Amino acid sequence: MPHDHPDDPFHHEGISPSGHPYRKDDDTPLSYWQCMEIAVRELLIEKGVTTPAEVAAQIEAMDARSPANGAAVVARAWVDPAFKARLLADASAASREMGFDIGTLRLIAVENTPQVHNVIVCTLCSCYPRNLLGLPPDWYKSRAYRSRVVKEPRKVLAEFGVTLPEDTTIRVHDSTSEMRYIVLPMRPPGTEGMSEAELAALVTRDSMIGTGLPRRPA
Amino acid sequence: MRTMAPPGHVRTPFYLRGKHGVIERALGPFPNPEQTAYGLPGEARDLYRVRFTMAEVWGEAAENPDDLLEAEIFAHWLEPLDDSHAP
Repeated sequence: MPHDHPDDPFHHEGISPSGHPYRKDDDTPLSYWQCMEIAVRELLIEKGVTTPAEVAAQIEAMDARSPANGAAVVARAWVDPAFKARLLADASAASREMGFDIGTLRLIAVENTPQVHNVIVCTLCSCYPRNLLGLPPDWYKSRAYRSRVVKEPRKVLAEFGVTLPEDTTIRVHDSTSEMRYIVLPMRPPGTEGMSEAELAALVTRDSMIGTGLPRRPA
Repeated sequence: MRTMAPPGHVRTPFYLRGKHGVIERALGPFPNPEQTAYGLPGEARDLYRVRFTMAEVWGEAAENPDDLLEAEIFAHWLEPLDDSHAP
């Protein structure tokens, strides 16, 4: 068989015949919290509080949320000034108005202007508007991003390829408690006459965190 | 901001304790997470968004003293200042 290695079937080291380096299997014991999660989940199922199907459905619902939801909200705000006013007044209500099921998420939209650029972080853990944008990128949860962006946001933004004029004020939002944040980026120049759907395609995840800017039209 | 350091779960970052800021907006009352974290019914406490200048937070080490930092802080972590201290 092509995947047999008769010389040493158990200890794969170096480069595989297909040219990839071997990686060790992830054979570490469960952590304390992983055991706790399994124990609690099994108890809840045993006691009839929930079912495996419900757990799987919730995971699927969470995975189905993506930055495209937020992009649709941003594009609507770009084309509809009344919607933009409602978004800035109450971003949760405005997102629900567009049909997004965001649960109990309390969302604040912060607007970028030529004078102000907003950036979102959670220094205490990894608070993120998951119910609208889906799961956060891994770097958002890293100690490096969380500790650096509150202290040297310009350096961090430069590493993301965003260099702002010195007279633009950076406003860093530390999501320390009950609220979650989304940046309303500035509409790029040259997008006059584009449809809402075309505009939404320009809105990147990072532009709604504040570590990026929307794409320019091709 | 108060400088207290009580044990247990708090949602007030250390790097802002003792710093002077201004209220950006009031968010209304929320159950106190310092109690709800332990399964206790949280007393309703007022939550505020507080704005700090980077100069106030980081002093000489600030990357750009006029950039801003905002965080949500519960009322029991705040104490009033006279106007001369406001940034």
